[in-house]
Amino acid sequence: MFCKTVNKKTLIAAMLTGCLTAGASLHVAAVESIHFLIPGGAGGGWDGTARGTGEALSKAGLVDSISYENMSGGGGGKAIAHLIETADQNHDTLMVNSTPIVIRSLSKVFPQSFRDLTPVAATIGDFGAFVVKNDSKYKSFKDVVAEFSENPRAIKIGGGSARGSMDHLVAAMAFKAAGGDARQVRYVAYDAGGKAMAGLLSGETSILSTGFSEALALAESGEVRILVMTGDERNAAAPDVPTLKELGYDATFVNWRGFFAAPGISDTEKAEFVDTLKKMYQTPEWETVRARNGWVEIFKPDDQFIAFLEQQEKEVGDLMRELGFLK
Amino acid sequence: MLDGIFTGLSTAVMPFNLLMVVVGCFAGTFIGMLPGLGPISAVALMIPITYGLDPSSGIILMAGVYYGAVFGGSTSSILINAPGCASTVVTAFDGYPLAQQNQAGKALALAAYSSFTGGTVGALALLFAAPALAKVSLSFQSTDYFALMILGLTAVAAFSGKGQVLKALLMTVFGLMIATVGTDTTSGATRFTFGSIDLIDGVSFLLLAMATFALTEVVMTVLKGEHREEEEQVDMSKLGSMKLSREEIKEVAPTIGRSSVFGFLVGVLPGAGATIASFLAYGLERNLASAKEKLKFGKGSLRGLAAPESANNAASTGSFVPLLTLGIPGSGTTAIMLGALIAYGIQPGPRLFLDHPDVFWSVIISMYFGNLVLLILNLPLIPYISKLLVIPRPILIPMILFFSITGVYLVSFNTFDIQMMVVITVIAIFLKLLEFPMAPMLLGYILGGLMETNLSRALVISDGSLAFLWERPLTLAIISIAVIVLVVPPLLDLVRNRNRTRGPEVAVNEGEG
Repeated sequence: MFCKTVNKKTLIAAMLTGCLTAGASLHVAAVESIHFLIPGGAGGGWDGTARGTGEALSKAGLVDSISYENMSGGGGGKAIAHLIETADQNHDTLMVNSTPIVIRSLSKVFPQSFRDLTPVAATIGDFGAFVVKNDSKYKSFKDVVAEFSENPRAIKIGGGSARGSMDHLVAAMAFKAAGGDARQVRYVAYDAGGKAMAGLLSGETSILSTGFSEALALAESGEVRILVMTGDERNAAAPDVPTLKELGYDATFVNWRGFFAAPGISDTEKAEFVDTLKKMYQTPEWETVRARNGWVEIFKPDDQFIAFLEQQEKEVGDLMRELGFLK
Repeated sequence: MLDGIFTGLSTAVMPFNLLMVVVGCFAGTFIGMLPGLGPISAVALMIPITYGLDPSSGIILMAGVYYGAVFGGSTSSILINAPGCASTVVTAFDGYPLAQQNQAGKALALAAYSSFTGGTVGALALLFAAPALAKVSLSFQSTDYFALMILGLTAVAAFSGKGQVLKALLMTVFGLMIATVGTDTTSGATRFTFGSIDLIDGVSFLLLAMATFALTEVVMTVLKGEHREEEEQVDMSKLGSMKLSREEIKEVAPTIGRSSVFGFLVGVLPGAGATIASFLAYGLERNLASAKEKLKFGKGSLRGLAAPESANNAASTGSFVPLLTLGIPGSGTTAIMLGALIAYGIQPGPRLFLDHPDVFWSVIISMYFGNLVLLILNLPLIPYISKLLVIPRPILIPMILFFSITGVYLVSFNTFDIQMMVVITVIAIFLKLLEFPMAPMLLGYILGGLMETNLSRALVISDGSLAFLWERPLTLAIISIAVIVLVVPPLLDLVRNRNRTRGPEVAVNEGEG
């Protein structure tokens, strides 16, 4: 909670200095402060994204003071409710989130959606990918689809999240695009990505649905092959891996990570956030952080971000309805 | 491979890396001792520091912090019944009663020796068999984990004294019920959340353990009233001898050996880990003990202390097998370390010991040094650490409260967890006053929860058929052991005591079958 008091003070200071220096300085001044709200605990994906972005912004001198606050609970719902409730005092707050905010608001894990916040920008992304053991009989995703259309129950797809969450939906999306029945997809849920991988290697599942960057790391370790990924085009990191589209299955999927501000912030404030993030991409400090984490840049600011979220909400919503997760 | 080991040895003995071992072990022991702050918090704290280091030094530091925390976690379990981390919860079962019997010094020393042996056996096994062991870690499927958890649950009897069997079973079921709260991964449905978003993630094991052990203990002390305080204070401050007698060494040596090997093997499994290993080792030891010894478990049995302590350290070392040779993290702590390795541009996997022999072997060799360091660091400190008990209650109690609550909050960052701890503590106090044992609830929570998820996953895979129970040799073997453990001792008793009336042992059998 001490973060909050500090935050208030810096906010007042920021507003004061903002008033005093408004118009006085023409050079592009650094943003005074950004407070990152992280809806999960230490060491997770959201935590890494916020802290990495904060590190780049601060080291590059784009933001003077950075603070972080972890607030987990309710799959991120707690932090969303908090940001909305305290919107007035939180004009300098950026909350990190990702695709699950769309999925979880659809499935009513929490009552709010991205519309109740101010979407600022999607900054990095990852595609979905399907992975098989090295000695698997499947040489291409087409082989899998062929077997699926004959006997859908024979294909066991593992993933590191609960039924109805991302790994399951991406698998359902791919088989649906290949002309199959999404409801026939046999999804085996594990409670973590590592355990899902162990399940694949132990032979109890035949395919693993996972993130592309995780798949790359796994393939590099030499135990598995990536059959296909869900990007628009092939990725330079693995030029041999085809996209679903190339194989003739019209499905793409990006798991984005991005930032939301409190509802009701002014357009100037929003523009300042967008501008700061945009400038970050050119800095070597960002490149260090990006390379260290193997992140793929996908910059979708402001209106583009909102349009993208609406599109994803529609696609995912349709799929979830078809699978029976939504009525 | 020998080349690699020598490269690793020369990297590991570089003065800076030796320093990292010492720093890591020290920091880990210290953080681990604080109730509730376990290896995951400790390793997460090290991330920013490791960015500036060589890969080998960084991982050596993190590994040191990891097993240091597991080592240190036993201290607070034994002295104040407040588990330092999840994997030392079982240590409190017999460690705390020992401390109450003025044998704190002996208990701490035994914990240190057991940890040292467990860690060293683990490090040696890693050194000689890491690549081969990768296969072991992949041989387990969901059905086998299910069977393993059944075997673990047979240990319920281990937590129940005479006439307590029914209460122990009830508490196990209660633990199982708590484990079902939250999102069910297999179906994606939320269960028993009553519409609250805070319950979606379920109740964490650490929270449950801290509430039912640390907080309950503290509140009970306060409830007992002040008139007894002084008397108890003097009693507890007696450290007792740190030396183990020859008979005692004879008694625990086989336990330590067995539990180290067993713990290491459980640690190697990506679906298990150090906490499970400590529970399983405790149950195994109870099942192996003679009828007379069995009664001592939970009341200050040396074997009951040595078993989980050897097992959890061996298991935390064992968890490096899937991490380094397959790139699969078995626990939250090793997942953070995997992240750190990848940040260095090093991908753990079957080729790691060929591509980066310096990292692979130096980390393993450093563990051997690390365990020596921990023993040297901890043994002389025991008299000073146990001075903790001399701290006046009015100061010690708020400190325990503070650390327990902060520790749980720092893992979840959810204020609701603090309220939940209070509620669980109140329930636990009532149950304790009615003489319900707490340990079976934790056992039911952790083993029962895993049993359920693995069973439902196995059923999804087999399309609802239970045939795997007798068709998969490994599953069948483990289930058979569980049945033997359950059925044979009561049968033997029956044969022996034909003349006597049927004892409570039969009730165990009926209740669990």
